[in-house]
Amino acid sequence: MQERLSFPESQSLALKYFTVSVVLFGIVVVAGLLAAIDYVHPQFLYPALPFSILKILHIDVLIIWILMAFMGALFWLLPAEYGRELVGLKLANIIFWIFCATVLVVAAIFVFVQVGPGTEKTLWLVNQGRKYVEEPRWAAIIVAIGVAVFVYNIVGTAIASKRVTGVVWVVILNLVPLFFLYLIAFPAPTNISVDQFWWWWLVHFWVEATWEVMIGSIVALVLMRLMGTSRRIVETWLYIEVALVLATGVLGIGHHYFWMGAPAYWLGIGGFFSALEPLPLLGMVVHAVYDAGEHHMKMTNEPAFYWMMAEAFGNFIGAGIFGFMITLPQINLFAHGTQWTASHGHFAMWGAYCGVISVIYLALQDHRRAALFAGATWKWGFALLNGGMIGMVGSLMMAGMAQAFYERAIGGSTFNAFVSASSSPWFIEGLGMRLVFAIVFTAGYVVLAYDLLTIGKRVLETSRAGGPARAPAE
Amino acid sequence: MFARDPLFWRAGAVSSLIVTLVVLAMLTTDTLRVITAGGQNVPTYTVINHQIGYEYVTDRNEYMPTIGGQEPLFGKIYSPAQAEALVRHGKLVIQSRACLDCHTMFGTGAYYAPDLTKAWLDPAWEHLWMPMTGTHTRADAIAAFLQHPEQYPTWTREMPNLHLTLDEAQAVVAYLKWVSAVNTNGFPYGFKTAAAGGT
Repeated sequence: MQERLSFPESQSLALKYFTVSVVLFGIVVVAGLLAAIDYVHPQFLYPALPFSILKILHIDVLIIWILMAFMGALFWLLPAEYGRELVGLKLANIIFWIFCATVLVVAAIFVFVQVGPGTEKTLWLVNQGRKYVEEPRWAAIIVAIGVAVFVYNIVGTAIASKRVTGVVWVVILNLVPLFFLYLIAFPAPTNISVDQFWWWWLVHFWVEATWEVMIGSIVALVLMRLMGTSRRIVETWLYIEVALVLATGVLGIGHHYFWMGAPAYWLGIGGFFSALEPLPLLGMVVHAVYDAGEHHMKMTNEPAFYWMMAEAFGNFIGAGIFGFMITLPQINLFAHGTQWTASHGHFAMWGAYCGVISVIYLALQDHRRAALFAGATWKWGFALLNGGMIGMVGSLMMAGMAQAFYERAIGGSTFNAFVSASSSPWFIEGLGMRLVFAIVFTAGYVVLAYDLLTIGKRVLETSRAGGPARAPAE
Repeated sequence: MFARDPLFWRAGAVSSLIVTLVVLAMLTTDTLRVITAGGQNVPTYTVINHQIGYEYVTDRNEYMPTIGGQEPLFGKIYSPAQAEALVRHGKLVIQSRACLDCHTMFGTGAYYAPDLTKAWLDPAWEHLWMPMTGTHTRADAIAAFLQHPEQYPTWTREMPNLHLTLDEAQAVVAYLKWVSAVNTNGFPYGFKTAAAGGT
């Protein structure tokens, strides 16, 4: 099969990254499901596997999932931009296996060792205990090396090919801060205000800046491939998006600085700029709707197209609207750190980055030489995953609003207020409904995984294109 | 040439990045000055030798921490170096036990367990755990609870025993006391200490 790929070396590595990323997505789903059960039955798996460990697995693996999917996407899409294979692929292959082994070992440490004594040694070997970057420092070093090698693959090829398109420039200039920001994963300052100040640079500038630019670049490359949109239009859109993401997002970091000891001027600056953060995301929606109309919703790769639509709408509604809802300090004072935040977090992360699924479908169509990717299976996966996510987000928001009201606004955030808000019917029913929709989401994952394994290999009964549903494989 | 697509927009992206980065750099410099221990909003570590409160300040229209007279912690007054070492140890314990993967601090962390920003001042220590643990000070009650949380359950979500030693538990208490004195722009709103009639 592989010799048929246009750039077999880069693209077979991309397929490896995609495979592992889909497996990691499964771990994210299972850990999330177990953590959701904890809210309904707190004694479930307790104390062998406490909530904290499930939550670490749920989120840390999520980060690695998205990172590996990004790497896969660029390994797949960039050779065509450069007109050649990427450089340093032997090293990239070695790093890939080291990366996989590291994820396995760290997951085993989290499950079986979990925590350690209060010493620097624990931070190096077991658990750093900093949200999203709990992986011990030895593993963080490997992640940093992995990202550095990836930067070398991308930048080195640009130098070797002497052909750098606008999209590639954006990718390269974006990878540099992405790498350096990760170095914030290492220190452990005593002062929690200083700790959180820099930690937000890593979290905010990854998720709300460099990752947004990354997925924007990937979407740009996909649009050219999937719909034949012209380079001039795609690049113009990408620059507008980058300009708006940076103009709003850089100072938008202020919405994380409201309550952690920083000066009060962040209330105004953070509130104002983060309220504008939905703007670039709205641009993606406009573009997606335009493209959908232009092509009458008919594509040779239906799942890739629909996941790209889900990305555009999900990013705008989940990150944009749901973020806006709680970003003004007047509301954030009560909503911050409740299930309302969890509601926004789930919707934003899913909406912003479910587009990687689109790239995987696109790659598989090339790989399997299928003339048409269609059928009912992907639709079930699409509906269950997105329906499950919207259901979870709605349930969490209901619980979170009750918490903001009873615990924060009325109760004054004491221990007793936390317990009584968490015992309110709105909260209990909200978390119960979240579990139901988590099961729906899990079912969606199973269907998606099955579809990714088999689409293009199954013979379809009907074909919208009128021609053979699947080109002969051999 | 910059009036043409897409160069016009590229120039826009670059210039908006430069402008916002310059502003961010200026604000970062000022913020770091304010949040350093001993800065305007964050107390020095020797604050653990003092009484701490949380009161509504009418002319600022927000809740603010108050720092009162001397109040030894575990019967001891700490020198600046000792206080910093103790609070440092507390931070390492908090990280090594992944506390913020169930709890939050300044509202950041996980949402499974209560926020710890004002945990030192929580009225529940007086009302619930001092009687349960048979201790006579808040600090001792917290330290006793942290070492054996499974012996003092009060709710369906229980805290697991994370095997804290007495030293580690006391270091965490010092950390929580120091954190409660950070000025957080009025977060959490409406929090009442036991002295202020909170329950």
